[in-house]
Formats: sequence, structure tokens, C-alpha cells
Amino acid sequence: MAYVVQRPELTFKEKAYLPSILNGLKITFGHFKKMIKGETKVTMQYPEEKWDSQLPEHYRGAPTLVRDEHNRERCVACQLCEFICPPRAITIKPMEIPADDKFAKVEKRPAEFDIDMIRCIYCGMCEEVCPEQAIYLRKDYAINGLTRAEMVHNKAKLYELGGVFAGLVHKWNPEK
Amino acid sequence: MTLAFLDSIPWEMIFWAAGKAIFVIFLVVLPLVSYTVYAERRVSAAIQDRVGPNRTGFPTSLLGFKKDLQLFLGGLGQPIADAMKFILKEDFTPGGVKHFYFWLAPCLAMLPLVSLAFIPFGSSLFGEKMVIADVNVGVLGIFAVTGCSVYAIVLAGWASNSKYPFLGGIRSSSQMISYELSMGLSIIPILMLFGSMNLSDLVQYQADNGWLLLPLWGNGWSWERWAMLVPLGISFIIFMISVFAETNRLPFDMPESETELVAGYHTEYSSMKFALFFLGEYAAMIVGSALMVVFFFGGWHLPLIPDGNGNGGLSFLSAIPSWVWGIVNITAFFGKVALILVFFIWVRWTLPRFRFDQLMKLGWLYLFEIALANIFLTAAVLALTNSK
Repeated sequence: MAYVVQRPELTFKEKAYLPSILNGLKITFGHFKKMIKGETKVTMQYPEEKWDSQLPEHYRGAPTLVRDEHNRERCVACQLCEFICPPRAITIKPMEIPADDKFAKVEKRPAEFDIDMIRCIYCGMCEEVCPEQAIYLRKDYAINGLTRAEMVHNKAKLYELGGVFAGLVHKWNPEK
Repeated sequence: MTLAFLDSIPWEMIFWAAGKAIFVIFLVVLPLVSYTVYAERRVSAAIQDRVGPNRTGFPTSLLGFKKDLQLFLGGLGQPIADAMKFILKEDFTPGGVKHFYFWLAPCLAMLPLVSLAFIPFGSSLFGEKMVIADVNVGVLGIFAVTGCSVYAIVLAGWASNSKYPFLGGIRSSSQMISYELSMGLSIIPILMLFGSMNLSDLVQYQADNGWLLLPLWGNGWSWERWAMLVPLGISFIIFMISVFAETNRLPFDMPESETELVAGYHTEYSSMKFALFFLGEYAAMIVGSALMVVFFFGGWHLPLIPDGNGNGGLSFLSAIPSWVWGIVNITAFFGKVALILVFFIWVRWTLPRFRFDQLMKLGWLYLFEIALANIFLTAAVLALTNSK
């Protein structure tokens, strides 16, 4: 149904326009003054202030490999993460652990473990699928490099980022 | 062949004129233009509760220092970086443009700088008047030159062979012509009061007898001059609004209104050609502010400060060499200009854009009539008070 919108009756002050301009100027000056006095809350000044301390518990950063408390590589090169990885960022080359090694009974470990951080989408599927809990998404988010090759995290880099992760793997943990 | 004609050339005059021109244009106004752009970004950011460009320092790392130099505010190197970006960008000329005019338009956009020649930017320094062209038709000269600046926009709009620039050019031509009328008429009360068009004499008069909008000393402290404040206040408001329209600033930036016309008349321009339009706009702003300062706020004059010849001001200040005061006067002038520029910026981030018909209505139905009536009002006040 059509209906008529009543035009508001303007007073002379409103018609003269200049008083309302002055009002507007007052409002913007208020914002300006608050900003100058530092009362306005502004965005984080990124490289100086970082939000590392405020990252939530479940934050998914760069995937990393971890060792256990005996300094054993947890990864057994089963390649499940390589197969699940949606953007195919992970490339694993498995190798047999030599018989004279301390952990020879584990049988397999990765000879090379590359994660292409250009491809990685931080989905966390590798972490979810890993039966040995060897791969974890840590909170590193500022990953950069000048070449494509630099952006590929190799095994050494992944262990460096991951560090040690103590405790039983879920599948052996009676509580799980 | 003799070189006798060399003696007839007034070398000293040429030297001073060239020196003053170089000083004003290259050492003051062009840096002022680029730092107005910076101020625009910082002030707009503060008004909109943002931070604005606070990163770019002066590139001292190019000279072998460890870090870029960051001065007190931060981001003061931004205009340099912007200029480098404009120079290094690809200068793309679209097909189908009218090449000659397409190139001519950005050159004409820098025309407002010419009108700086008539503006007295300081009292005097070493006995030399601080105005490039001290002519008796200063006011007319300025209006003549600023009147030409519409050609830049019209030519750009037409030569670009594209519909948005074309619409922008058409809008701008009608807008600038309309507002030039009320701008010229609003100045007439001042000319009636003062009786001359020489701008440096006008400033000297204000220095002796009080600024036009602040008559507090000399024979300004009389009820006749205070009665004159009414017409002068009206003409100041009209003049200010017209300057906003003439320089295509918000709330009157119809020729380049982004939401409707992409970027208006400079849509098809890139690189340094675009930068010239950009700089021209800000140069026009500076000229407008300088005019406001000269007409209404006493030009280079500061109360209690003597001029460049040591005249006026507090008597004990005359002990200091007069060239110091000459420099203080120049600084005072550009300080006032900077304050008005901040006001320009402040208004820009406060008001929304007018609709085009509202703009035309305001110009032709209100400002023009009020300015015209104001002339008669001035005449009446002058006749009744005999203050001339």
C-alpha cells in the first residue's frame, strides 16, 4: 500500500545549514582530540606489538614435527599425513632405521620430510590423522622467505620448530 | 657587436624576482603541497579513529645508515615515497584520447601556482618587498589566473574520450563558473572599504589598522570598523564557501565524486600526469587559503611583531635586527595558511557531498544574491559611518 512520508518541518536554524555544519565540525573535532590524547583504542601496531600472548588455545599455526622425551623422532613415516593433506603440501621419503640404531625396533622413520608452507592451508588434518602424534600445529604464523625454496620446511627445520613433546601417545594411553 | 643592452637590463630586479619565485614555489609551496597531502591523511585518520601513515621514515638507510630516520610523528617520509611511486609508475595513455589536449590538461592543472606571484607572503627582507609581482591589479590578476584553472579539468574531461571524465569535466565547468561569480562579488566589500587592488598595500593597511576580521588596533578600534564586521563577516563566509567550490574540495567535489564518476576528470590519467592533477588541486587549496589570509586575516602580520623594516610592533623588539622580523613575518604568513589548510581538511572529513542540483541552487539562488546584497549593505554602512 502506498503511503505518504511526512516531510519534517525544518526550523530556520536547520534551514540555515551553518549551525548544523558547526555541530558536525564539533563532532569530528571531538574524535580528533580523543585520538590525539590517545584515548581512542586503535588497531595493534603489528611488528612492534604482536599478538603471540593473546593467541587462543586452539590456534592452528605452522605444522611441526616433535620428538619424545627420549629424543626419538615420533614420526614413523607412515605417510598418512601426506595422503590426507588436502593441498598436498607434505612430501615424505621414508627410510628403514638401521639395525645398530637405538630405536631399531621402531623400524621406520622419515629420511626427508618436507612441508611446503606456500601450499599449507593450516587445516590441521595432518595432526588429526597422525597415529603417533608426531605432527602438531604450533602457534608460529609469521612464516616468510625470499624464495620458494626457503618456504619449504625440511625435516631439520620442522624438528627445530616442534621441539620435544613428552607423554604417551593417545593410542597407548589408557584414558583415551 | 656591443653588449650595451646588458646594462639596460635590471639585473637586480630579475635576481630578486627569480629568487623569490624559486623560494616560494620550490622551497615553500611544493613541500607544503606534499605535506598537506600527508596532513590530510593523518588528520582524516584521527577523525575517523584510525592511525594513518606512521611508518615511512626519511630514507637515510640509502645513505648507509642502519635505519631510516623517524622524526617525532612518524611517517614524515611518506610524501617522498608517494612522489617516487608516481614518478616510477607506468604512464599509460588509453587509446582514442586526443593526445595534445590529454597532455596539455595536466600542465594547466599546475596553473594555480602562477597566482602565487601576486600574493604578499612576507613584509620585506633586506629592504625588498616579499611579493613576486607587486602590481596594482593583484586581485584581478589572481582571479584571472584561477579562472583559467577550469580549463585543465574541462580539457582533461573532454580529451580522455571516456564518459566519466566527460561528466566530471562538464560538472566542474558549470560549478567553477557559477562559484567564481559569488567569489568575485564577495571580495567587492573589501575593495570598497580599502579602495585599491594592491594586495601588499591591503596587508599593510591591515597591519596598521587591524585585520579585517579582527580590528583591534590602529584606527580599527572604532565603532565604524566594528559595524563593518557585519558585511565583512558575510563576505568572508561566502568567499570561504566559494573557495571550497573553486578548489573542488568536499563538500563540493562534484567533478571527481568517486561514488558516481569513478574518479571524475582524472579517471584515465596515470603516473605523473595524475600526480599533477593531484598536486594542482592542493596547490589551488594553498592559493585559496593564502587569499583568505591576505584578505581577512592580516597576511604576514602578527600583533605586536614589527615588520621587515622594524616598523610597528612593540618598541623594544626593534632592537633586534629587522631581517629577523622579516623572516618571522614570512613564517607567520605560511603558518596562517597552514591553519586554514587544516580547516579545509577538517571540513572535508565532516561534511557529506552535496547533490549537484543542491550545489547549483546554493550557488545561484543564495550565495550570488547574498553577495550582491552584501555590496549594498557595505555601501550603506560606509555611507552611514563615513569610515572611509
